[in-house]
Amino acid sequence: MKLQKTVVAAALAVGMMLVGGSALAADGTIKVAVASAITGPVAQYGDMHRAGIHMAVEQANAAGGVLGKKIELVEMDDACEPKQSPAVANKVVSEKIKFVLGHVCSGAFKPAAQIYDENDILMISSSATSDDLSTYGYKTFFRTIGKDSQQGPAAADYIINKIKPKKLAIIHDKQTYGQGVATQVKNTVEKHGMKPVMFEGINKGDTDFSALITKMKQAGVDFVYYGGYHPELIILLRQARDQNLGARWMGPEGAAVSDVKGESAEGLLVTLPPDFSKDPSNAKIVEAFKAKKQDASGVFVMTSYAAAQVLMEAIKGAQSEDPKKVAAYMHKNKFKTVLGDVEFTPEGDWATARFDIFVWHKDASKTLAP
Amino acid sequence: MDAFLPLFLQQLINGLSLGAIYALIAIGYTMVYGIIGMINFAHGEIYMIGAYVGLITLTAIGAASGLPPWMLVAAALVVAVIVTSSYGWAVERCAYRSLRNSPRLVPLISAIGMSIFFQNYVVVLHTSRDLPVPDLITGHLFSVDIGGFEVSMSNSRALILFATVVLMAAVTLYIRHARMGRACRACSQDIQMAGLLGIDVNKVISFTFVLGAFLAAIGGVLIGLSINKINPFIGFLAGIKAFTAAVLGGIGSIPGAMLGGALLGLVETFASAFLPTEYKDIVSFGLLIVILLIRPSGLLGRPEVEKV
Repeated sequence: MKLQKTVVAAALAVGMMLVGGSALAADGTIKVAVASAITGPVAQYGDMHRAGIHMAVEQANAAGGVLGKKIELVEMDDACEPKQSPAVANKVVSEKIKFVLGHVCSGAFKPAAQIYDENDILMISSSATSDDLSTYGYKTFFRTIGKDSQQGPAAADYIINKIKPKKLAIIHDKQTYGQGVATQVKNTVEKHGMKPVMFEGINKGDTDFSALITKMKQAGVDFVYYGGYHPELIILLRQARDQNLGARWMGPEGAAVSDVKGESAEGLLVTLPPDFSKDPSNAKIVEAFKAKKQDASGVFVMTSYAAAQVLMEAIKGAQSEDPKKVAAYMHKNKFKTVLGDVEFTPEGDWATARFDIFVWHKDASKTLAP
Repeated sequence: MDAFLPLFLQQLINGLSLGAIYALIAIGYTMVYGIIGMINFAHGEIYMIGAYVGLITLTAIGAASGLPPWMLVAAALVVAVIVTSSYGWAVERCAYRSLRNSPRLVPLISAIGMSIFFQNYVVVLHTSRDLPVPDLITGHLFSVDIGGFEVSMSNSRALILFATVVLMAAVTLYIRHARMGRACRACSQDIQMAGLLGIDVNKVISFTFVLGAFLAAIGGVLIGLSINKINPFIGFLAGIKAFTAAVLGGIGSIPGAMLGGALLGLVETFASAFLPTEYKDIVSFGLLIVILLIRPSGLLGRPEVEKV
């Protein structure tokens, strides 16, 4: 019994030391939280997110930092889980960090954003596309990616004008992001007089969708839009091939990761931000990514690089580390980034965001859709 | 409805191959319950570990070895079965044996602890990401046109169904005729009496855990090959579904687990075939409640008789 008490006491002491250690920040740095997905089924998004941010910050630090201080990145992991993200947000608050780059997923960002707003913490997401996020009137919210109300209709326009499917099915994963973008697609095609033969939700984490595939086959579906993340899409594609469904598939930007590959992924259509790594003015940065064996064309790499760029420029421009002043500066000014000139709407959205349609190939490469 | 028959056949194939996996895992739950009257909540994780061991074996041998796919699959199955069975044995040794005479809640908690331990242990070793499983079983067993609708069965699903039927038959025969099988049945009737009559009860209990792990490992490898990716959390949902199947069929009864698995797979499939997919879990768990209301010990379970 006595031994146990000693162990508990020792554990507590170690714990306290860890907490105490992280609270002691070096004075000469500006701390920025990177709220990413390091673990979990969609950790690939987090890889791209962190690759972009780290590159931008390393380059800026090498060039002398911001306001004479180095940027210190503090990595946090919400695994894209709405259950875990408030804990990340609370940690940001308790560590007195004033700037957040993230979160990665819309569903996880929602509850965290509220906490940041209450504590006047500046947040810039480079991958969360849900429309809801900019409707709450948060003064310190920004994003360097488009919204689902842009990519949904972009996808829908392409479906209506180029694909002209006879029978369209829309499937989603019942999550903030997936259902959101699927609903946008549905509303837009319906406005143009096309009625999807099916609009159904699947369970996140399920592994058997064969019944749904058979149902689509029976309905004669020749085009499927899937709103959701890639893990379920991979299984859907595989099981569709198993039953020779023969339909073409389309997904939002969350479908465009390197895990989506193989015969069943060939010809998949995706809506993505334009491929900024092809822009000649970014050649140097693309080279820098290559030197680190990272792929600059990953969907969130450049948008995350830009998010970090904007943040650092804004701190410089505002001559302040006060997030409110930095946010006010961001609302008023234009930023030169790898995405081109970026301006923000009063809601914090990227004013000139757009989505292009790409065709995905079996080796996980992409080409602009005809 | 002229197109009904082919559609029905296709959904039957879908449902049975889904139910087959449930049944394979459910045997583990039902046998352990039948003998020691406790639920092994680490069993879903055993299935997940089976899938990982299979993948590790495939990676270790590698596509470069030039072996034909069926040999790779066979090797993965054999290694997964051996390694995973030892995990099953370890679960019993760690979480159950030392607690056998404690209140029933205690081993339940220790099993949940084992389950969380296994999940995190795999996360630490292999990260929590989806790992791709090579696409070794391709092609279709058959694909026939019936009334303008193509009914098909992929080889990976056919293998799941085939393996399950063979294993179920083998388990049934073994339990009925083999010496160890008879000992299992004796223990499930009265474990104290069996012990008094000279049956090594510890061995029998270990055996049930190992057999459950054996079947779950095969399920894990086959599902990995069928959906081409695994992650450390696949055990949870599969475990819950298989447990449901075991309860549905009558926990403690081996044919019950088979029936429950097949039934749950079919109900889920037909629910998502004829209703919006969102309703499939509502229908299948609704059915579970109804069946338990009518037959509290499940479809093939024997009603509990209070022993004096």
